Amino acid sequence: MTLSLYTRRVLTNRVGIFLSMCAMAFGLAALLWILWTLLSNGFSALNWAFFTQETPAPGSEGGGLSNAIVGSLLMLGVTTFVSTPIGILAGIYLAEYGDRSRFAQITRFITDIMLSAPSIVIGLFVYALAVATLGGFSGWAGSTALSLIAIPVVVRTTENMLKLVPTALREAAFALGAPRWKVSLAVTLRAVKSGVVTGVLLAIARVTGETAPLLFTALNNQFMSMDMSQPMGNLPVVIYQFAMSPYENWQQLAWGGALLIALMVLAINIGTRILFRQTDLKQ
Amino acid sequence: MTELGNPMAGSKAVAGPIDLHAGRVTIFRRQDRLFHGVTQFFALSVLLTLVGILLSLGIEAYPSLSTFGTAFVWTNVWNVPDEQFGALISIYGTLATSIIALLIAVPVSFGIALFLTETCPTWLRRPLGTAVELLAGIPSIVYGIWGLFVFAPLFAEHVQPHLQAAVGDIPVLSGLFAGAPMGIGILTAGLVLSLMVIPFIASVMRDVFETTPPVLKESAYGVGCTQWEVVTRIVLPYTRVGVIGGIMLGLGRALGETMAVTFVIGNANRITGSLFSPGTSIASTLANEFGEASPGLHLSSLFALGLVLFVITFLVLAASNWLIARGRAKAGH
Amino acid sequence: MMESATVELGSLAIALKVRNLNFFYGSFQGLKDINLDIAHRHVTAFIGPSGCGKSTLLRTFNRMYDLYPGQRAEGEIQFQGKNLLDKKQDVNLVRAKIGMVFQKPTPFPMTIYDNIAFGVRLYENLSKSEMDARVEWALKKGALWNEVKDKLLQSGLSLSGGQQQRLRIARTIAVKPDLVLFDEPKSSLDQISTAKIEELINELKHEYTIAIVTHNMQQAARISDFTAFMYLGDLVEFGKTDELFVKPKIMKTEEYITGRFG
Repeated sequence: MTLSLYTRRVLTNRVGIFLSMCAMAFGLAALLWILWTLLSNGFSALNWAFFTQETPAPGSEGGGLSNAIVGSLLMLGVTTFVSTPIGILAGIYLAEYGDRSRFAQITRFITDIMLSAPSIVIGLFVYALAVATLGGFSGWAGSTALSLIAIPVVVRTTENMLKLVPTALREAAFALGAPRWKVSLAVTLRAVKSGVVTGVLLAIARVTGETAPLLFTALNNQFMSMDMSQPMGNLPVVIYQFAMSPYENWQQLAWGGALLIALMVLAINIGTRILFRQTDLKQ
Repeated sequence: MTELGNPMAGSKAVAGPIDLHAGRVTIFRRQDRLFHGVTQFFALSVLLTLVGILLSLGIEAYPSLSTFGTAFVWTNVWNVPDEQFGALISIYGTLATSIIALLIAVPVSFGIALFLTETCPTWLRRPLGTAVELLAGIPSIVYGIWGLFVFAPLFAEHVQPHLQAAVGDIPVLSGLFAGAPMGIGILTAGLVLSLMVIPFIASVMRDVFETTPPVLKESAYGVGCTQWEVVTRIVLPYTRVGVIGGIMLGLGRALGETMAVTFVIGNANRITGSLFSPGTSIASTLANEFGEASPGLHLSSLFALGLVLFVITFLVLAASNWLIARGRAKAGH
Repeated sequence: MMESATVELGSLAIALKVRNLNFFYGSFQGLKDINLDIAHRHVTAFIGPSGCGKSTLLRTFNRMYDLYPGQRAEGEIQFQGKNLLDKKQDVNLVRAKIGMVFQKPTPFPMTIYDNIAFGVRLYENLSKSEMDARVEWALKKGALWNEVKDKLLQSGLSLSGGQQQRLRIARTIAVKPDLVLFDEPKSSLDQISTAKIEELINELKHEYTIAIVTHNMQQAARISDFTAFMYLGDLVEFGKTDELFVKPKIMKTEEYITGRFG
């Protein structure tokens, strides 16, 4: 009797462990499957024309995504430029004053929610705020939507990084009679520079593939345009439109675009891990 | 008393210029006030975004909500030409896909978290953990295009017919799997969504599992518990709150996901009861119709949909954050 | 215990007077009615077992506890004619005059040169050559100059453990405070560094008032002029170091210095 109970327990354990391994294998397989699909379908699209020519007309051959690539880079640039200082300063606020103020605690809570809030709603908000009132879709509106998504990411990583700074370091600076802003900017922030840079990069990775918020803000533009006040081509929306189209050439370009975006995002994700691990070792 | 307690009575205190730098610290005080103000202002931007979203969606949705009233939420009609709008079809699609996603993602995430915290050799933990996190980083549009061109055809050809054959004429199940096996539809959207939320749930579970005090696990192993028993009877009950928080986070993500769903849900404005049939979710309706909607009741109803989605996800995510924070606090972090 | 804390210091000048000081961490009382004086340009050591409140006392002198909500001090600390605990007293003025050397060596994430110059720049506008001279002077005072003079522009993090310990002293001395608070680590890195630091303190006391928290009774006996023994938040005995170690007046003190507890 005892033996059979024991055998059953051991068996349950083996089955449980086996299933957990299957779950891990399933996750890995999904990752590899998606990456493989991207590579096998998208790689052939990544040629010279892909980067240098504009999006082709419906049903025509050739062409590339140069206008979408340039538009995406422009909007990402503006987004980085806007969300980095805002996010870092807000993160500093939470780290410096967060323990004492109710306002900061609420902000932290809301920031956590905004990290996962549906991005399409951000698109609706920016549409109502800027597109409908200021006359039309534009690169600025697209960047605004992306910034609203990126800021919470930067805020939270900055705050988390600043909290890792040993209290002894902060105290040593305060003990010299340094004002809080100087301690914060010249000592603590500098001590976690690489962590904060990581946060910014992760925020960029997060918004690089965002499609939903751009649908109603930047819209799209089939021609090369650097004018941020006009509708602007961008990779995610082009991929969406081309993939859903019946034209094979367009679908092919969509695969290329998807591969390009995935590579960018993966490169940032892996790169930041290497960057951060190196600084880990130095401390 | 003071004199008695003063060992150095009679000796004189050294007077020094403590106010020597008074001018400088006055400047410091002003700078610190400015610093506080500036950083607080930017922190405020996050709150303003939230308030802005609620206000703008509320204002834009008002014409629709005042026309249809609260019935908007449970009306099973979405008719653009006749300007009759109700959210039920989209809400149904949103909930159905999210529930399917969780049904698959929760056990798989649990398995991954169990593996990463208990069974996995130490040297493999970091790379495998990273792989799971990379899965979270893949843009949703990539999941969408993969789901549409790769997964859906395979699913239609190799899985759906067998599922239909397997359930045969069993009353309820046959209804769930009725209809032409087209590949796209509610079930496919749920499956693709499950892949998207697995990394989020798995990493929260892994984090809270690691908060279990080693002494608790060791004493369980000490009395001869197997790994499986330790995880299901010690770790899981101990981290229950955080685990539920992680599942809620996954739910919040699934409810609001747009692109992965839009590609594969089929975008049909009806409820059929079959999981094989195409449907629509709130997010996919917005993605499909918003760009072409004419100002008026249609546009306003889309804003109303957005408001419904935002309120639901906000509540789910708020609950999730609260639970995860409580789970961590219990672990003493 | 009040009377026991008295000591005859003759006509020595007083740098800092503590009167009826109570300190609270939330609802826990960390210091109980402390009264003592710190003699000008002498070394006062604080000894006692872990958690006795000696570091807490030191941290009231420069209001370090101000950084943490929930910590508060009551009573008076007189320094240069001002009550440091007065809410209206600007903490930065206090800290500019009362320097603190912390247990842990914490180089700022900047060059060795800037580590020293950081504090000086806060309150003084020096020319490039004046600043160079000040940095050199501070590093010499910290017995570090010879080792770092060729790598002043390297990161402070690149220094060895013992060098970082001396950097924290040079950094504090550089701003020329009137009172220097030393919070010495429980275990020093190596005996050579410890010896160097003690040598340094002996030299510094001719120009500075020094209060030092030490976990090492021999160290207290070697370097201090006055010693305060603390236990569970109370100041048990305070007196001339020679007398306190040779002929303690209180039983508890004797038990501690003879190693019967702690």
